Amino acid sequence: MAAATEAGAAAGRPEPRHGVRIAVIWLVLAVAADLVIWFVWGPHMPPGNMSTSAADQQFDFNVLSVIAAPVMLAVFIYFGYALTMWRQRPGDEEDGPGHLRGEARVQAAWIIVTSAIVLGLAGFGTYELIAPAGAGAGEGPQPIWKPAGVNTSSLTSWVPNTKNILQVQVIAQQWLFTYRYPQFGGMETTQLELPVGQPVEFHVTSLDVIHSFWAIQLGVKADANPFLDNVAYTTPEHTGGFTVRCDELCGIWHGAMYNYGSVVPVTAFQSWVKATETRLAALTKTLPPFALVYTPNEISGLAKFYYQAGLPGAGGQYYGPQDPEQP
Amino acid sequence: MSLRSRIAVLAIAFAAVVAGGFFVVVHYLLGPTPQTVDFTAGHASGQPVNMTIMTDPVNDVSGTPDWVSYFVQSPQTGQWMHSTTWQLPAHTRINVTAYEFDTCDPLRNQYWGKVTGTVGDVMQVSGEAAGVNGTVSVVNSNTTCGVAHTFTVPGLGLNVPFEGVLYTASNQCTHGPCAMSTTHTVTKFSFVTPGPGSYRWQCFIPCGLATDDGNGHAMSTLGFMTGFLQVVA
Repeated sequence: MAAATEAGAAAGRPEPRHGVRIAVIWLVLAVAADLVIWFVWGPHMPPGNMSTSAADQQFDFNVLSVIAAPVMLAVFIYFGYALTMWRQRPGDEEDGPGHLRGEARVQAAWIIVTSAIVLGLAGFGTYELIAPAGAGAGEGPQPIWKPAGVNTSSLTSWVPNTKNILQVQVIAQQWLFTYRYPQFGGMETTQLELPVGQPVEFHVTSLDVIHSFWAIQLGVKADANPFLDNVAYTTPEHTGGFTVRCDELCGIWHGAMYNYGSVVPVTAFQSWVKATETRLAALTKTLPPFALVYTPNEISGLAKFYYQAGLPGAGGQYYGPQDPEQP
Repeated sequence: MSLRSRIAVLAIAFAAVVAGGFFVVVHYLLGPTPQTVDFTAGHASGQPVNMTIMTDPVNDVSGTPDWVSYFVQSPQTGQWMHSTTWQLPAHTRINVTAYEFDTCDPLRNQYWGKVTGTVGDVMQVSGEAAGVNGTVSVVNSNTTCGVAHTFTVPGLGLNVPFEGVLYTASNQCTHGPCAMSTTHTVTKFSFVTPGPGSYRWQCFIPCGLATDDGNGHAMSTLGFMTGFLQVVA
């Protein structure tokens, strides 16, 4: 700046007000960028608005982008302006100004603005985690942020548009997800169907290693840990398909551990769940009783028999000394 | 030693270490690529394909003889092949005969006791099964011993739980490919291939000995308890 300043002074030209220039450029571009982000890009920001949690996350991403864009533009505009205006000119051999001075107002503004942004985002993020009942994230076995107006008054039946929330258990295993519906006889299936407009309580667990249940377009993500019930909430708001992926590296077929779910009208869900319950009745009888977590090797009386008899059993963890669990 | 010489030595040493690491990864960790058994050669359109497979408690064809393993019978030579990558024609009925020589275990998730994705959602079981013989749609692995291994293709919704033989059965297989004179069960089922694509399959009994919760070793190695159906037009 000093070189340009002194060059300008030497040439007899008044020094332009660089700060005002930069501020005007920044203001115009920042407003334009924020308008584009909010009104053009925002509605298409992942994960979309298929559910309440997805819509909340999309809103959060939009807010973060609207705040981040001006900051990023400020950096790049200053960078570009400096390269353009204060670059070394032909014949300019001067090595900067004679002295540097502090600018208290700039420093104070920097501290105040950055502190306000960071603290504001901390408060915003906390509110956005609490208000939408955990924002679709796993809250552990005893969730403290639950959807308003619903409860779990019945684990054996479900009627739409009542306070009794729909329960869906997600069972992860190497390498596929299955789903149990305790309010429909405890049936288990590889299909994940949900009714639109009805709150859902996911209970996520694992039968072996750590997985992560990520229903992408629903904005739901919860780790699946063995022997742990991880609860997450959402309310699907639009019908359509969504993708479920494992989001925790879990072995050779982790990349193939995905399937698809769908949000359907309430009547279609009721038809599907009734037909599926009937179709799987013979299988359901052989399943262990519904529980929030499973110890697969203990639910099987046969596995206990193997253990007591000193026999190896691949279905459980009752391995003989020749095959220690962790060699 | 000059600076140029020292840099050259350092570069050569670095390259040697990288090459050695690459060799170890490829040779010992990734292993050889299993061969593909082709069921499309000479196949007449519209005709079913007959495929014969076996699951053995041991194998004599690898450096890990205590790993359980699938084998498939070559449609050309009738020899048992140590391969789990099978090339099949699209939109074709596949008639499978599966010989099961391994003993039974309880499933970690009893869901995989249900036969799905086969013609009629059933399988035909015979031989010396610990569980039920005849037409079977669900195997309760917790009460009848039941399942030794499964043949599961998630992308096709196909799941077939093979009933195993009891631990107490006599004349069990000790060398794989197993001899038909040893104790075994026979499972027959059919399914129809979809359009062209690569469909991975696996066993859902965690039979990889004790590693990685039972899902390591044979469960995580192509050529043993997991593989691909390569469906071609």
